[in-house]
Amino acid sequence: MWEYTDAVKDHFLNPRNVGELEGANAIGEAGSLSCGDALKLFLKVNENERIIDATFMTFGCASAVASSSALTEIIKGMTLDEASKITNGDISDFLGGLPKAKMHCSVMGQNALKKAIADFRGVQIMEKPGQIVCECFDVTDLEIIDAVKKNGLETTEDVTDYLKAGGGCGNCLERIEEVLEAVKAKG
Amino acid sequence: MKIVYTDNNATTKVADEVIEEMLPYFGELYGNPSSMHTFGDQVQKKIKQARQRVADFINADPEEIIFTSCGTESDNSAIFSAIRAFPEKKHIITSNVEHPAINNLYKELQKTEGYKVTFVPVDKKGLLDLDLLYNSISEDTAIISLMWANNETGVLFPIEKIAKQANEKHILFHTDAVQAAGKVPIDVKKIGVDMLSLSGHKIHAPKGVGVLYVKKGLKFSPFLVGGHQEDGRRGGTENSVSIIGLGKACELAKENIPIINSKVRELRDYLQAQLLDKIISSSVNGDLEQRLPNTLSIGFDAVEGESILLMLDREGICASSGSACTSGSLEPSHVLMAMEVPFKSAHGSIRFSLSHYNTKEEMDHIVTAMVPVIQKLRAMSPFWKDGKVI
Ligand SMILES: Cc1ncc(COP(=O)(O)O)c(C=O)c1O
Repeated sequence: MWEYTDAVKDHFLNPRNVGELEGANAIGEAGSLSCGDALKLFLKVNENERIIDATFMTFGCASAVASSSALTEIIKGMTLDEASKITNGDISDFLGGLPKAKMHCSVMGQNALKKAIADFRGVQIMEKPGQIVCECFDVTDLEIIDAVKKNGLETTEDVTDYLKAGGGCGNCLERIEEVLEAVKAKG
Repeated sequence: MKIVYTDNNATTKVADEVIEEMLPYFGELYGNPSSMHTFGDQVQKKIKQARQRVADFINADPEEIIFTSCGTESDNSAIFSAIRAFPEKKHIITSNVEHPAINNLYKELQKTEGYKVTFVPVDKKGLLDLDLLYNSISEDTAIISLMWANNETGVLFPIEKIAKQANEKHILFHTDAVQAAGKVPIDVKKIGVDMLSLSGHKIHAPKGVGVLYVKKGLKFSPFLVGGHQEDGRRGGTENSVSIIGLGKACELAKENIPIINSKVRELRDYLQAQLLDKIISSSVNGDLEQRLPNTLSIGFDAVEGESILLMLDREGICASSGSACTSGSLEPSHVLMAMEVPFKSAHGSIRFSLSHYNTKEEMDHIVTAMVPVIQKLRAMSPFWKDGKVI
């Protein structure tokens, strides 16, 4: 059974800010049904670019629900500039930590937030830079390098835990290994 | 909180009668069954009785019973023995829904020993493509091994029919009967299987004891090489306590098969009908007929299994989910994927597996608990709107 903190359990069993948000003017989606978890984030942003309300709808495991709930609590009242600096680590910290194998749930939160902010500002999220490594979950080499450096990931399993990359068909596991080795080699 | 235990395909309660049978051998009767004194010999005699009871359970002869440490060891022993008996044959036939206890061994043999393994696919109901199975048999085939009943869906394979084909073509046939045992009658003489695996903890004996049936006259190479125990076919001082418990459990299991196929089947059917009726967009995984009487795998659209289980846990209900979700790998179980169960219900699939200890009140408790759990999760789900999947 998963070792969840009391905060994760609380946010799973009593999620805050659930449901569609009437009058939302920014929406961000991450994940999909086939992935096994998905999050739709709704924001109401005022003329000063301050988030005055945030809600979510999530399909997924307990930590996916808790991460979504935590995210809405964190960003309410922030300006978009402040919110854009929120990372998956902040979501995980807010919950007192997530099991390593569930870190991707917090990454999903971060991604949905990024998309919602881009939605509000009317900017297209640009084609992701870098090369796609994991086709199943649409993860690029640059994203892997970034996650490895920021979180000190050691193994391909770590990469899968954080980014899901390699967790679908598994065809890209060797390529992930190469990217990992390259980062390690550079130090 | 009262526990409602409906996870009997994971493991079972050790029967009181089994505990009683074992207790003296935990305590004062600790002798080594191989020793040359009466003190040890009384344990040997009791093991002999257990071997007879296991043999009676599957209509084998006592010499055909090898005690092992678990179902996994039985499965591994069967495959290793087969490939040692025919070292020149490099092909194995199995299905694509086998238990990891044997599936991961195949992957290992493919990778490191150059074996070719045919994983015969199942259809949407979890039933085997028999034509493909028979057509894949070749000169090079060392063994055919198939599970009798699937642990996740309860779907049954036509073992007797396949054994007949294998015998005609003189190919070794093994079946993993770990989940079938105690639920469907097993008669090894009638089906004509060469090897068959059982596990104690699935039939109300303790964990850590299993059986490999090996047909008389079949050449057998031991998996654990050591002392002369089990007629030189499995080294290691016998786990006498658990073996004695398993003997008793087999005796009870034989008596209970009619109850499993009447009372327990009725409870399962009742639970199934209630859940399908009270929760829309729910569907049963696996063939409704060719199925263990105690197992219900049921998918709920647009919600995720772990969330359901954790909420049921708060109501004291023990079940298991079809989606692994054990790592970033969020693939639903390989069994449901092999059956092409759509993602929308595969991720939200729950397995209830009953025993004769369950009651109708417990089934009602499960239904009462499930309705609001699914409601709550669907209210949160981005894939559920106005009473249907979007
Ligand atoms: C079909 C099947 N085979 C093998 C096993 C492994 O048995 P054991 O846990 O005794 O190793 C199990 C149980 O987990 C099973 O369900």
